Amino acid sequence: MGYKAKFRVWRGEGGEGRLEDFTVEVNEGEVVLDVIHRLQATQTPDLAVRWNCKAGKCGSCSMEINGKPRLGCMTRMSTFEEDETITVTPLRTFPVIKDLVTDVSFNYQKAREVPSFTPPADVKPGEYRMQQIDVERSQEFRKCIECFMCQNVCHVIRDHEENKPNFSGPRYFIRIAELDMHPYDVADRKEPAQDEHGLGYCNITKCCTEVCPEHIKITDNAIIPMKERVVDRKYDPLVWLGSKIFKRQR
Amino acid sequence: MTQTTAESAVRKQRAQIRVRTLRTDRWWLAPVLTFAGLFLFLIYGFWAMFDLSMLAGSYIAPFSSPCLAAATCPEGARLFGFAPFGDWYKLPPGLLILAFPGGFRFTCYYYRKSYYRSWWMSPPACSVAEPHSKYTGESRLPLILQNVHRYFFYVAAIIGLILTYDAVLSFRDADGNWGHVGLGTVILVVNAVLVLCYTFGCHSCRHITAGRLNHFSRHPLRYKAWTLVSKLNARHQQFAWASMVSIVVADLYVRLVAKGVINFPFA
Ligand code: SF4
Ligand code: SF4
Ligand code: FES
Ligand code: FES
Repeated sequence: MGYKAKFRVWRGEGGEGRLEDFTVEVNEGEVVLDVIHRLQATQTPDLAVRWNCKAGKCGSCSMEINGKPRLGCMTRMSTFEEDETITVTPLRTFPVIKDLVTDVSFNYQKAREVPSFTPPADVKPGEYRMQQIDVERSQEFRKCIECFMCQNVCHVIRDHEENKPNFSGPRYFIRIAELDMHPYDVADRKEPAQDEHGLGYCNITKCCTEVCPEHIKITDNAIIPMKERVVDRKYDPLVWLGSKIFKRQR
Repeated sequence: MTQTTAESAVRKQRAQIRVRTLRTDRWWLAPVLTFAGLFLFLIYGFWAMFDLSMLAGSYIAPFSSPCLAAATCPEGARLFGFAPFGDWYKLPPGLLILAFPGGFRFTCYYYRKSYYRSWWMSPPACSVAEPHSKYTGESRLPLILQNVHRYFFYVAAIIGLILTYDAVLSFRDADGNWGHVGLGTVILVVNAVLVLCYTFGCHSCRHITAGRLNHFSRHPLRYKAWTLVSKLNARHQQFAWASMVSIVVADLYVRLVAKGVINFPFA
């Protein structure tokens, strides 16, 4: 059964803007993105929203719904009361281009700063030998759809714009962890994780894990293991001594 | 309509929404409960640290174990009858040891999350702005010191084993005969199990077992240990709270029996 829902949507360009109220039809089985599209079709033809797959797999439709980062296409209208006002705003951590569309190039910049997979020079393609259990941990991180909601919710940059140059964010910590845990990656990723990508800024409060639509255990399986690896390298005198004595690396 | 380009100044701005959060759920509930829970635990721990009724029959109160000072520890509360701090140490024995389990929990990755959120409000909840104007997290002093956590784990693992030993001793009656099972025995055993599940679910333990390796298939035993620790680790938060409650219950129970407040046949 259809009903009329109350929506408040952020409208504006380049950060300036306001919340506008709408009353809009909702039908059974719809998601927030459907309702935004109905607004476009019936009331606000110039409302800007980014989307692509409508299946929770492209990561385009990230927005904030009642203050929480969500995928518009995966947030069912049935999770709200019919008389509830639903507030939809753009991701807060990134500059707004128009309405719900933000400029997420910060993330592309940070992606470029992580060196790509670096195999040992003497192992040729086709010579890699590893078992499933060796790559299982890294595979969890490959599920990332780059919705950037973890980057958006992370208070290190959400509340402190000035930290952006020094902090790559959870999405890139899982990338670094994925490579550092790979049996055939030889690049040093531990010291750069701390010194260049700002792993130490993370205080493991787990908001990235809470919002990840792919349910990647970002904090438990990537950030904390990387913090422990950094401790090995930089802060643990016993491990340091052991590595000098036994010349043990991996 | 004006076209915006990457160079235009206005495009560099976030949405100027001037409220702390647009969340409509009760986001403040979890930090309030966490704050209260940790606060009560600290108050109890402080009291227990100075309380000397630590031995009731064969039950030893967890907050006073291992008991290391001859002057203040009754014979039965000493670890293997041994008191390295002889007669000269007259202060409560809890002062000698509580820094270790205390430091273990204080630097635990889960407790860090819980008090950063509820005590320091950094952030109080997800997508709720924190009140601090500057933030450097654990990247410099003092919080960079949280990286000592694994050393606390080494000590805590020993203390966990001592609590297990105490739980085994609780199968004796007041005269030292084996075969006794009282309510206190059950409480101490449950407590020991929860404390072990918490301690060995530690992220540092997970790292030490095999987390630091990249080639699991070359270390099958360590990999096996890692999978076990990972299972406990996935419930680390739950074990943190469960063991915190069980320590208080066990400790209070033993002290109340010792003081004669609890006095029934199956105690
Ligand atoms: S756990 Fe760390 S990276 Fe994730 S949101 Fe919190 S501070 Fe940011
Ligand atoms: S890790 Fe999760 S939240 Fe972050 S970008 Fe990938 S899918 Fe989105
Ligand atoms: S439209 Fe692709 S994830 Fe929502
Ligand atoms: S005890 Fe919680 S992470 Fe080590």
